[in-house]
Amino acid sequence: MRTVTQASASLTARGISKNFSGVRALDGVDIDLPAGRVTALMGENGAGKSTLLKILSGDHLPDAGEIEIGGETVSFQTPFDARSAGLRVIAQEPEIVPHVSVAENIYLGALPSGRLGRVSQRAIEEQARQDLERFGFGHLLDPARLGVELSPAQRQIVEIVRCLIDEPQVICFDEPTSSLSDHETDVLFELIARLRDEGRAVGYVSHRMHEIFRIADTVTVLRDGRLIGSREVTDTTEGEIVKMMVGRDLTSMYDRDRREPGAPALELEDVTTDDVTGVSLTVHHGEVVALAGLVGAGRTELALAIAGDRPVRSGVIKVEGTPRQFGSPREAIAAGIALAPEERKADALVMVRTVRDNIALAVLGSLSRFGFVKARREKDLADRYIEQLHIRTPSAAQLVQNLSGGNQQKVVLARWLARDAGILILDEPTRGVDVGAKAEIYQIIDELASRGVAVLVISSELPEVLGLADRVVVMQNGRVTGELHHTEATEERILTLAIADHLSDEGATS
Amino acid sequence: MTATPVAPTVEGAPPRERGWRRILRAIGVQNLSLVAAIAVLVLVIGSQNSAFYLTSNLKTIGMAVTISGLLAVVQTVVIIMGGIDLSVGSVAGLASVASAMLFTSFGSGVSLIGALAIGAVCGVISGSVVVFGRVTPMIATLAGLIGYKGIAQLVSDGRAQGYTGADPLYVFLARGSVLGIPTLIWILALVAAALHVMLRYTRMGRNIYAVGGNDTAARLSGIDINRYILGVFALAGTVAALAGVLITARTGSGQPVSGSEGLEFQSITAAALGGVALRGGKGSIGGTILAVILLGILLNGMSLLGVNPFWQNIAQGTLLVSAVIIQQLRNGERRVGLPK
Repeated sequence: MRTVTQASASLTARGISKNFSGVRALDGVDIDLPAGRVTALMGENGAGKSTLLKILSGDHLPDAGEIEIGGETVSFQTPFDARSAGLRVIAQEPEIVPHVSVAENIYLGALPSGRLGRVSQRAIEEQARQDLERFGFGHLLDPARLGVELSPAQRQIVEIVRCLIDEPQVICFDEPTSSLSDHETDVLFELIARLRDEGRAVGYVSHRMHEIFRIADTVTVLRDGRLIGSREVTDTTEGEIVKMMVGRDLTSMYDRDRREPGAPALELEDVTTDDVTGVSLTVHHGEVVALAGLVGAGRTELALAIAGDRPVRSGVIKVEGTPRQFGSPREAIAAGIALAPEERKADALVMVRTVRDNIALAVLGSLSRFGFVKARREKDLADRYIEQLHIRTPSAAQLVQNLSGGNQQKVVLARWLARDAGILILDEPTRGVDVGAKAEIYQIIDELASRGVAVLVISSELPEVLGLADRVVVMQNGRVTGELHHTEATEERILTLAIADHLSDEGATS
Repeated sequence: MTATPVAPTVEGAPPRERGWRRILRAIGVQNLSLVAAIAVLVLVIGSQNSAFYLTSNLKTIGMAVTISGLLAVVQTVVIIMGGIDLSVGSVAGLASVASAMLFTSFGSGVSLIGALAIGAVCGVISGSVVVFGRVTPMIATLAGLIGYKGIAQLVSDGRAQGYTGADPLYVFLARGSVLGIPTLIWILALVAAALHVMLRYTRMGRNIYAVGGNDTAARLSGIDINRYILGVFALAGTVAALAGVLITARTGSGQPVSGSEGLEFQSITAAALGGVALRGGKGSIGGTILAVILLGILLNGMSLLGVNPFWQNIAQGTLLVSAVIIQQLRNGERRVGLPK
């Protein structure tokens, strides 16, 4: 076992500036990450948080400014320099080698080896088990699993452990909980508290306000590449921070008029797939149903099955009252079912193509005549949705990869709005999206419901579930464990249904 | 509907691009640099040997690049879709033999259509192996490269077949001209133009870019990606067979191997030089055509200037690797590990 060193090095950055081809990403920013404290970094997407983290991790060189760790000036030419200076940035979307084990992924680059460089699979798995245990993730991850089998949450855990085994003095987390369930988040927060108590400097980037108040000591807010200010968590309010972030007041993000739902649009009766068992649920026209549960409860898999991308083994899916069987997403889309998947970049967007192409992707047929796409109509369509959904892009001809997360998500929504789908399934629609765009996405969801669209939202953020949903369906382990009307739903009740050990069918069905 | 979000549009949207930058972008920096390279090459070669500028020499260049050019443009479509077709050279060889043998028995019309059909079937086979056998395009068409060549050698017993040198259709294809421009150049121009229009302006083309850019996104957006993969491989086979028919026309007989061997790599060279990203989703027929012209001028110039022909391959290799290095560094690829 390694000895736990008592660390006490603070990070100070002064006057950090960075330009990207003329666009000022950071403008003379001062940041302090004191030892033994958790400093939250907040700001909307595009505020400069990611650029700052990339400078700290050695991925980018700053154009100006100085960084000191423990009083010594450091300069990072490569990520390796940052590591040797005792600084680690835990990536939000970690690189995982697919066909090797969790253990090998953890020790990547520094595999413990025996004589003649032989790597003993059993020995490193044992060591990985100990390290996972040490950081509190022992029960969440089996070191023998292959990288390719891991959920986003488990990938995140691998990345965290991978960074911590170096015993860094300064640790920055980049939205670590965006893929974690609440239970996993609890484990992570215990770990962060421990790191802080060991005297390490912890930086914490997140969009989730309640997390900041739970874990951080200080909040530092960036906006448009500038430092807006720092506040002690004890003397500030959520409202003040949001105001600092967006430069304006956000009255209520979840301002919904709940209406009487219409006829059933989507009905699942006892649906069983390879991942879920006996799921029954109904989404009516004009209704927003949230599918809550822990990561790995089978919600994403259920969504894919409804959208025709995974086979349904038994049970019935009714669309507008008619039982349907979909052999492909194509057939489901034709029946009016649209899915905005969880992994936006990997599964929803063609990153190397333009905003226009991505919006028009599912409606090219109706924009074409004799197979030729009518460029005018396509551009008008894209421009209309760019305006309507406030997609921030210089033009419809911009590549989607250059947009921020929230705007990318709006492009996905625009694709399905253009398609006029009657049933919309949104898998974690606000993951990695900043506060401003989040509020806009909620607004869009509400608009859609008011037009009679049946919306099924998968979300791991409980405030979002409570704020958006007319009804909440909770899943655990591939089964529905309960259903709550929005008037009776509370964080506690949802959590109880999501994590209760006994798989009871009585649940809290209303 | 009119969404009335709580938030007004926040400042920070990048400004619109200025006029000339937009024009440059429309042409593409990639294509501009190819044009510049062609211009430099033309000036250098022309200053050494003025015969280079003769109309007859320009026709020679055009005719010399037709066959590899056909394969390059169709390879471009395959690569944009995220695939690759290593079998195009062998399919051309098989089609060459088939066209000559069919010509001997049934005459020129049947031979032409028959050869193209055989090419299409070869493409469908490769595509089916990819889609239904779950084999990567690289391996599936590597098998095709070897296998189709074997079939061509088997049916021809490894020898040149038939004689088409007296048939008017084949003579027209090889040496005829329309409006003063050789038929061969017309064929390449028409195929390239058709593929360009298909990629750029049709729903099919858009979907091919989408499949290559992100096949999961394409599938979840309702595109029948299997149909596109099968269709594009069939297209590649057909165009490769057309190239094979032209080999027969040019040489006057069906060639199982000579004339087509190595064309698959030339086609990939031209596509990559033209800026087609091997991971799919990016590229254009225009870029590939410029690259084909550049390579044609390079080879023609070297032979005009009496350079030892063995230098030709070295020059092509150097050109390709330098072009791609420039391209990658301009993209800001980080210099770490295996490039994507």
